[in-house]
Amino acid sequence: MSRTWSRPVVALLGLSLAAVLVVLASIRFGAVSLTTSEVFSILRGGGGATDRFIVLSLRLPRAALAILVGGGLALSGAVFQALLRNPLAEPYILGISGGAAFGAVVVLATGWMSVSSVALPIAAIMGAAIAILLVFGVAFSADRRMDVRVLLLAGVVVGAFFSACIALILSLADAPTVRSAVLWMMGSLSGASWRGVAVVATYTIPVALLLLTLARPLNLLAIGEETAAYLGTDVERAKRLAYGAASVIAAAGVAFAGVIGFVGLIIPHGIRLILGADHRFLLPLSFIAGAGFLALADLLARTVVAPAEIPVGVITAFVGVPFFLLLLRRSLGS
Amino acid sequence: MIFESESLVVRFARGRPPALDGVSMRVPSGSLYGVLGPNGSGKSTLMRALLGSVEVESGRADVDGTPARDWNRRELARAVGVVTQSEGIAFPIRVRDLVGMGRYPHLGAFEPEGAEDRRAIEAALRECDVEMLADREVSTLSGGEFQRVRIARAMAQRPRALVLDEPTASLDIRHEMAILKLLRRSADAGLTVLLITHNINLAARFSDRLLLLREGRVAAEGTAGEVLREEILEAVYRWPLAVQPDPVTGEPTVTPLGD
Repeated sequence: MSRTWSRPVVALLGLSLAAVLVVLASIRFGAVSLTTSEVFSILRGGGGATDRFIVLSLRLPRAALAILVGGGLALSGAVFQALLRNPLAEPYILGISGGAAFGAVVVLATGWMSVSSVALPIAAIMGAAIAILLVFGVAFSADRRMDVRVLLLAGVVVGAFFSACIALILSLADAPTVRSAVLWMMGSLSGASWRGVAVVATYTIPVALLLLTLARPLNLLAIGEETAAYLGTDVERAKRLAYGAASVIAAAGVAFAGVIGFVGLIIPHGIRLILGADHRFLLPLSFIAGAGFLALADLLARTVVAPAEIPVGVITAFVGVPFFLLLLRRSLGS
Repeated sequence: MIFESESLVVRFARGRPPALDGVSMRVPSGSLYGVLGPNGSGKSTLMRALLGSVEVESGRADVDGTPARDWNRRELARAVGVVTQSEGIAFPIRVRDLVGMGRYPHLGAFEPEGAEDRRAIEAALRECDVEMLADREVSTLSGGEFQRVRIARAMAQRPRALVLDEPTASLDIRHEMAILKLLRRSADAGLTVLLITHNINLAARFSDRLLLLREGRVAAEGTAGEVLREEILEAVYRWPLAVQPDPVTGEPTVTPLGD
């Protein structure tokens, strides 16, 4: 839509560079700090065993998870905002976080964690899947059309129902279980492993590429379904794909990193304020900005009060909200 | 392009009276066809049935002999430009970008606008007198400006037919006349134009033929002289009125009578 490609291309390069620098920094800094040359020598196969373990098995998978989850959340949020035609929409608005948290809390409360390390993400994904299918089933009316207003209401109600289930379980659980459940629900990347990264990548990357092909249909949906149809879009297909794809990405992220707020809400708005609402630029740039932003937030989360960690969701709010308010203020002023 | 319906019945809910009840009409290629009728008489529903966005219960509604739903979507969007009654835009967008969406049916998923697309957009902006608004945010436009921008988007499609639902409802005299003259010129250049409007007099002046709907049925169809008759219009609009030749244009003109 934009007459020139230069502004988005500059933003793309700038944000990508920033994301790479953040990742390098998050490999370097931590409870044990390394020099830049040490980091590069480890990445090329050198370095001591301990440093190699810290970089290759702890920090690198953690940075990779931050990139996938942060990028996925921002992309998913941008899609939900267009699909629901609602600027308040974010990846968790349709009950995905509630379903996933319910699955996670069941595992934490029953002690199934001890059975397998993947019990928690599997339960979280199943919980999210139940929420997605439930909401989809309600919003999919008899004439095979999806009403996004119903989608929104059904999602909010399903999320509230899962919250009630979680409250019930936690009210009966012991204190350590409640603490680990609350921490999980605040979001953390501390459980990152290459296996988790591989699973999240398998869901996120192909689905993200699929969403990029929906850029123009999403532009049209944002101006109204009827007009979108008259401009050649298969509206029902576009809505189903957008809902399914954005949900899968959000569910994969929440299963391995818990409920990380604000990324999916403010990153797409930030990009929109700077570059406009064309989804051909908004979607890829949201992914890159979200990736870099969450990697940065996680770096802060584990270094500010090291060796202790702050929940990364707290950082995303502390860093994201003032920045966003500033951006909002500036865009209104111009 | 030809729009045609035959014994068309559309019903929104079982057990309810049909929104369209046996409507037969035909918009000949390259003509300006005005659709008139009171609120709720089925004008917009007829448009939607012809364009395939509502279910047909019985009868036919065709574009060039084929129901719109059997058309390839993008081909139909390249052939027919539609301006609906209203649209609510969710996120800020500039006028040129909104008009540029008229080129989407011509472009692949990742294909950027080419020289021809830009020419079509510029021409449409010019024709609808919105060039000076091109870099404005749509949310800052007046109702009439927004309406002209939406018509420009339909023109940017370079369609073979235009369907417009009360496009001049919020326009002042100058811009209403400009749009009607644009539609007339387009029809003379070979476009098929289906125009839904409440402005009986201007419809009569600019249209080749008129269709008058009443409660989902055809009350009258034909030239302005055949449709604009006191007894027909009074029965349809349930209001006393007079039809006289306009002293300036000579066209039949409707004057609603008071009390």
